[in-house]
Amino acid sequence: MYQYDEYDQRIVDERVAQYADQTARYLAGELSEDEFRPLRLQNGLYIQRHAPMLRIAVPYGNLRAEQLRMFAHIARTYDRGYGHFTTRQNLQFNWPKLEDVPEILRLLASVQMHGIQTSGNCIRNVTSDPFAGVAADEAIDPRPWCEIVRQWSTFHPEFAYLPRKFKIAVNGAQEDRAAIQIHDIGLDLRRDAEGKIGFRVLVGGGLGRTPILGEEVASFVPWQQILNYCEAVLRVYNLHGRRDNAYKARIKILVKALGVEEFARQVDAEFVHLKDGPSTLTQAEIDRVAGRFNDPVLTPLPADEAYRARLADDRAFANWARRNVRAHRLSGYASVVLSLKKSGIAPGDITAEQFDAVADLSERYAQGEARVLHEQNLAFASVREADLHDLWQQLHELGLATPNIGLLSDIISCPGGDFCSLANAKSIPIALAIQDRFDDLDHLHDIGDLELNISGCMNACGHHHVGHIGVLGVDKNGEEWYQVTIGGAQGNQASLGKVIGPSFAAAEMPDVVESLIRSYIDNRNEGEAFIDTVRRVGIEPFKTRVYAERSARQEERKPAHV
Amino acid sequence: MSEIIKNGQIQADEWTVLRLAEGDDAATIELPHGRVIVPLAVWLARRESLLAQAEAGVLGVWLTGSDDPAAIADDLPTLQLVAVNFPKFVDGRGYSIAALLRTRYGYGGELRAIGEVLRDQFFYMKRCGFDSMQPPAGRYTHAQLEAALASLGTFTEPYQSAVDVAEPLFRRHLRPAPAKEQA
Ligand code: HEM
Ligand code: SF4
Repeated sequence: MYQYDEYDQRIVDERVAQYADQTARYLAGELSEDEFRPLRLQNGLYIQRHAPMLRIAVPYGNLRAEQLRMFAHIARTYDRGYGHFTTRQNLQFNWPKLEDVPEILRLLASVQMHGIQTSGNCIRNVTSDPFAGVAADEAIDPRPWCEIVRQWSTFHPEFAYLPRKFKIAVNGAQEDRAAIQIHDIGLDLRRDAEGKIGFRVLVGGGLGRTPILGEEVASFVPWQQILNYCEAVLRVYNLHGRRDNAYKARIKILVKALGVEEFARQVDAEFVHLKDGPSTLTQAEIDRVAGRFNDPVLTPLPADEAYRARLADDRAFANWARRNVRAHRLSGYASVVLSLKKSGIAPGDITAEQFDAVADLSERYAQGEARVLHEQNLAFASVREADLHDLWQQLHELGLATPNIGLLSDIISCPGGDFCSLANAKSIPIALAIQDRFDDLDHLHDIGDLELNISGCMNACGHHHVGHIGVLGVDKNGEEWYQVTIGGAQGNQASLGKVIGPSFAAAEMPDVVESLIRSYIDNRNEGEAFIDTVRRVGIEPFKTRVYAERSARQEERKPAHV
Repeated sequence: MSEIIKNGQIQADEWTVLRLAEGDDAATIELPHGRVIVPLAVWLARRESLLAQAEAGVLGVWLTGSDDPAAIADDLPTLQLVAVNFPKFVDGRGYSIAALLRTRYGYGGELRAIGEVLRDQFFYMKRCGFDSMQPPAGRYTHAQLEAALASLGTFTEPYQSAVDVAEPLFRRHLRPAPAKEQA
């Protein structure tokens, strides 16, 4: 992965010094609460229900062993021994003390990490395909472009106080695994007819209160111009995005208000002036950045016979391989997903001991690197097929080999009411109750591909709108209720889920999911996934079933008339 | 007399910023004596009669977030002081307005940040082309302002192109190519 040079290092070191001074001035009463808030947010520090919460940037989901070990150290020393991976490939600590944060940031800087722009109304951490560089369906490696965007957006002086947060995602593969349609800017790498690289640019996606999928504003921006083009988009947004109402301040609202054609026209009017300006990229810069990734040189290997034999006679191993192992662009290698979705553990949570152990395993089997998936799991990008069985056994010991990637129990969830002060309802207990109900592996494998996303409020941190099944915490007269949507999807065929009807109490949720699943099994065609069945038959059969079975349950519970 | 930061130094300042209150008429409001920075509305309403003062360097114009700098594009060669108002420090429109004034419209005179101008934003302001910054009167003691000067140089080698240093890092320096040892 990308290795800092002296300039990168100097910038994070200077950031630590700046923030230490700001914290000291805040504690001395020289900075008011309001003045300090954006400063701490732009270093990832929220003040939450129980304690501050610190969000650390994992640039486009890339991690190294020494960084994992630093997470372990921070978790032990400054937190309660664990961390939480988010739907934006970042890591959060839930219990650090405000006064300790400058020291935590100093430790992070010592391993080329930071919390810069992980929160606040600025350009956030860039996200991308967790399998970048190794995916079989990749056309262009997005990582150097992500890094270039990261550097450009870090302390961009014009865009540090935007109307609202601003998220950029980059995809370079056939299948969009970066959810570019739900980002403020989605950059889709492609080649034109002559084979030249450029970007299709989507603008105005986002979830939250008003979920909207991004629309294309440019079909092809040549790579040399991409920063100039982004600058034009951001300038239009910075000047014209709404600042009177935080709920209407995202760029998606501006794009809707102007219409995408008018928005694109304004961007073009700005771009005319910026085009070919100083931010124009050079081949030398692309090569330099790409070179600093220092990727391991892998030579293709013959397909491993022993691995295939094991698959045939070890069912547990085969189950794991079927869900948690992915094709690699090179023969003889595979990518491995480490499940952070074991039953009974909050989705995305990881302990200090697991951080250390994952670091060790990454060094033994995966060139010392790991990736974060926005589905709140980890991955090793390149593992030799011959090592898969050993790796599986060790992951199993660590509780990281649950064979459920992409299955119903691989639930995506925000921290919800247990941690978050904005929550309407808890999310984690709902996730755990559903996992608990669906703990039979054969049944889960039979249900097949299914994404279930939970958010504790309409801010949608758990991406519930794009879950095949989406669960949203709502407040009904001070009680916690849950609204259910189906038919949402991320990726190439992104769509927003539709609400099936009135909301449910927490205790009903496993039953509701069960009704949805029964309806799917009754309606599905051979080999058809849940989402495809919903697309084909619509939400009605699901809805009817869920509410009919709910009434039946309520009838049953009524005391019989005497 | 308030203290401002100009070209990296603390200076006493004698300009008065005229702000229109509810009901004030831009066309008729009486201008304070001495050097004055008038809002765009006043400038547009009375441009002919104010031109001489602007040329003499005793009258400047301020814009706020919703103002289009194109409105004074033709006057920029005449004006010696243009200010941009930050109604709240988190309202970042002023950064884009400053960048436009300096780059698109080629303004070369004094560009001053007024309004809620705080030291933790000085660095970004400087990068966007402000050469003077006027914190709210009484916000900082002289000693605090002295300490705040350091904020102008928080980051010594910023990554991206901006008004103060147009070349991005990759054009300013030959950055080291691929790290030598394999990870
Ligand atoms: C615990 C403290 C958190 C707070 C206070 C918080 C707050 C918010 C708010 C207010 C929004 C809506 C923004 C808008 O619509 O403009 C939002 C969106 C979002 N949050 Fe969080 N969040 C928190 C934690 C998390 C966590 C843990 C995750 C990941 C699991 C996360 C991921 C996201 C994502 C992906 C969005 C984007 C949805 C969109 O595109 O609008 N957040 N968050
Ligand atoms: S969705 Fe709501 S409850 Fe969940 S983390 Fe985001 S703000 Fe908090």
